[in-house]
Amino acid sequence: MNAIASLILSGGAISMLVAIPFLAVWALPYVYGIHLEWLFGIVIPYVAVIIFFVGIVYRVVQWAKCPVPFRIPSTCAQQKSLPWIKYGYAEKLDNPISTAGVVGRMILEVLCFRSLFRNTRMEFGTDIKYKSAKWLWLAAIVFHYSFLIVLIRHLRFFTEPMPFFVPIIEKVDGFFQFFLPVVYQSGPLLGAALTFLLLRRLLDPKMRYISLPADYFPLFLILTIAGTGILMRYVLKADVVSIKELTMGLVSFRPVIPEGISVLFYIHLFLVSVLFAYFPFSKLMHMAGVFLSPTRNLSNNTRIVRHINPWNPTVKLHTYEAYEDDFREKMIGAGLPVEKQAASPADKE
Amino acid sequence: MYDGGKIITGVIIGLVLMTFPIWYTSGRAAKKPDIKLPVKEKQCVEPKDYMRKKHMQLLDLWRDSVVRVAQRSYVAFNGAKYDMSLQNTCISADCHAKKTEFCDECHNYTGVVPTCWDCHIEPKEEPKEKPEEKH
Repeated sequence: MNAIASLILSGGAISMLVAIPFLAVWALPYVYGIHLEWLFGIVIPYVAVIIFFVGIVYRVVQWAKCPVPFRIPSTCAQQKSLPWIKYGYAEKLDNPISTAGVVGRMILEVLCFRSLFRNTRMEFGTDIKYKSAKWLWLAAIVFHYSFLIVLIRHLRFFTEPMPFFVPIIEKVDGFFQFFLPVVYQSGPLLGAALTFLLLRRLLDPKMRYISLPADYFPLFLILTIAGTGILMRYVLKADVVSIKELTMGLVSFRPVIPEGISVLFYIHLFLVSVLFAYFPFSKLMHMAGVFLSPTRNLSNNTRIVRHINPWNPTVKLHTYEAYEDDFREKMIGAGLPVEKQAASPADKE
Repeated sequence: MYDGGKIITGVIIGLVLMTFPIWYTSGRAAKKPDIKLPVKEKQCVEPKDYMRKKHMQLLDLWRDSVVRVAQRSYVAFNGAKYDMSLQNTCISADCHAKKTEFCDECHNYTGVVPTCWDCHIEPKEEPKEKPEEKH
């Protein structure tokens, strides 16, 4: 699928996903007098969250059923070898033989995106050069941490009283204290990082060629979620007290639909529900998958421990010793050499 | 399942973290804000719906107007004139006299920490009832 078709498809999907709650919550009451707030405020969020959890657990279990019979030592450092071959701290982390080394490598991968940090770009000149390309890593880390902070900040709608860390994070996030309500840096940063990740796919011909609707759709979806959230907080304003009544109703399993919540909130909530429901079916599953990457979470001890393929059939062995025991006398009779001489008649008795 | 123990442990840790709001909230009755509206004054400077959503922006405007332009008079939506003052207009005795019964109710509920009281002195309030009587 080419870039234009991918963009039209994913952009069209997002437009429809915005239009559905907008028309259902805003227009239906005017035209037909039908109120569907309960559907978009209660039923769809619950269904989406159930799909999210069941889907993630199902896919992780499916992955866990795949055997990983061999260590996959695609690493960036020298393997533990003879004593005079250097095996220092960097090697212990990049090509670990111990659990501690694996844990260290996983922490760097999960928290610091180390494999993205090693991203290189090939350049042709008089010869071929590989240059470090850190922009992808930077945008990825800004996006993921901003999104995490945004999620933690949203706990103010889902807990009563708030846990202690939420106000601390809000304070740090709104450190620069400008505009009213205070601008949280994570919001604009999230948008900027997503925009970079989108432009990266659109402007680089190689990236554009391999990009599919499955790549554009999550970017558009999260951009639209962030956009509606920022609109609600800074521009169009939302009735936060009523919204918290709704969200607290959801988490305490006593759902209510308070009056006076704007359609923008229902659009935001519907898009978040779509994100949750879409999650287990999409590339976003890397959230769980990163922990199960065999090139990262296995120690490279192929030369130290014998790894036996779990689906090897059991082979019935017949060793040469046993063979000779079976046929020794016939072999001697035929003049064939044997390793063990026949027992003397004295021994036989 | 291979490495089932480790993977199931990881999945359980993930589920516990992601369902934090549910188990953190369970068993606690969320108290909805119960604001005391003024008895004497019936109309605020703008309609109720506007004030619910945008009072912070209005107060910010008032702050800028008074502190930076020295313009203290506010013409309300219905033509009435008000003195732009948090302490003399908003939380005067006739209106939202008690911060704890008006401002704090919603702010505490939604975890909002307004910067009003960084400069303004918080109005002193008599404790509603003595601690011993509180049962």
